[in-house]
Amino acid sequence: MKKLILGVAVTAIAASFSPVSAAEKSRDEWKAEYVRPSSVPHPADNPYTVEKAKLGETLFFDPRLSGANHISCGTCHNPSFAWGDGLPTGFGHGMVRLGRKTPTILNLAWSELLMWDDRFESLEEQALGPIAADVEMNQDLDELVTELQAIPEYRTLFNVAFPNEGISIENLAKAIATYERTVVSAVAPFDSWIAGDELAISEAAKRGFDLYNGKANCTACHSGWNFTDDSFHDIGLPDDDNGRGDILPEIEAMAHAFKTPTLRNVELRGPYMHDGSLADLLAVINHYDEDGVKRPSLSSDMKPLNLTQAEKIDLIFFLATLTSRDDPVPLPVLPNGKSMVVTKLKVQE
Amino acid sequence: MRANAGVAIAATLLFAAGTAQAETFTVTQQGKQFDIKEISLAVGDSITFTNADEYTHNIYSKSKVQKFNLGKQEPGASDAITFDNAGKVKVRCAIHPKMKLKVTVQ
Repeated sequence: MKKLILGVAVTAIAASFSPVSAAEKSRDEWKAEYVRPSSVPHPADNPYTVEKAKLGETLFFDPRLSGANHISCGTCHNPSFAWGDGLPTGFGHGMVRLGRKTPTILNLAWSELLMWDDRFESLEEQALGPIAADVEMNQDLDELVTELQAIPEYRTLFNVAFPNEGISIENLAKAIATYERTVVSAVAPFDSWIAGDELAISEAAKRGFDLYNGKANCTACHSGWNFTDDSFHDIGLPDDDNGRGDILPEIEAMAHAFKTPTLRNVELRGPYMHDGSLADLLAVINHYDEDGVKRPSLSSDMKPLNLTQAEKIDLIFFLATLTSRDDPVPLPVLPNGKSMVVTKLKVQE
Repeated sequence: MRANAGVAIAATLLFAAGTAQAETFTVTQQGKQFDIKEISLAVGDSITFTNADEYTHNIYSKSKVQKFNLGKQEPGASDAITFDNAGKVKVRCAIHPKMKLKVTVQ
């Protein structure tokens, strides 16, 4: 057979399609698109194990993963700030201010391209990026292996998580990625409403949901249960950062384009946008209402919305229903690495 | 002279056969997805990418076998690309990278 087409058969002509526009869907039809998934996806080449997640959690909060031994992944991705840092833009090695806002790591198990500009295609890749970046954690990866091997408890943790393999950079990345996939926003009032509890959210929030999917057109990008389609857009912010345009310079639409973030727990994650330039959710909605800087790369989804003040408030009420009732995150007890020295001295005595 | 004529006839036949076999397939974008995940083609075949979505797309490939960028494609628009080289070509939408199509050109 000369040609083989896999999957759904190719449809011959576009004219046969009549997509249902946002305006034509009922509230119940929209609600059906926001049902939470029942399980967390893990890749086949890095399946979940309790031991791997435990090791990943320990590494995530260990500042010795940085060159200066005082910055952990959790320094910037702080669970108390919805797994961000609450700052306009982060601080890296030597307290140097970084150029972009620290993104949350919530719900990354469902993402494929990572970072604001997609520079990494898996969480395993991404886990090593900030550790090795000289402006972030500034850690030589080979030296990190040596440092971890000198800590007996880490040798044990790695051997349990990766039998017959032990400490390696690849396994460190797998462990952190596995842990990060467990960082999932818990059930929010919005989810209870989707599940059928009509009293879970206010009438203002319900009106906000209608606006979100209708007039305000937020769902063009912030769609689905995780409130993102992982797309990249230039939304017209007036800064010089070229975003994904530096990764795909030949594609005009990627100039000033950044990844669409989840809106889960969004009210806890200000200030907003890739540059942290907007202080609160009203400022964000006002930006979209006005549609941003006109330039060739500006997303076609950016159009004046003509929202009233009351509609903006309803949208904010709705966004607040996405804040989940998360359990406190207990910090792991890190391998001390020095206790064995004391033990050895006692044995020598 | 006879040999030259034979070569010419053979070349014509080959050219005619190649032309006849080149086909154009349509891949449709809807709901931020391609309607298929994989397709196998012969060298010289084309795909017409049709945007039946509500959203603007930008189909491209960075594959070594064939790099291309169809640019911004508004709803209702179609753009075609001919695959000139054998190999595997990974096609994506730059705006919606979860839209992926594997093209095998033989």
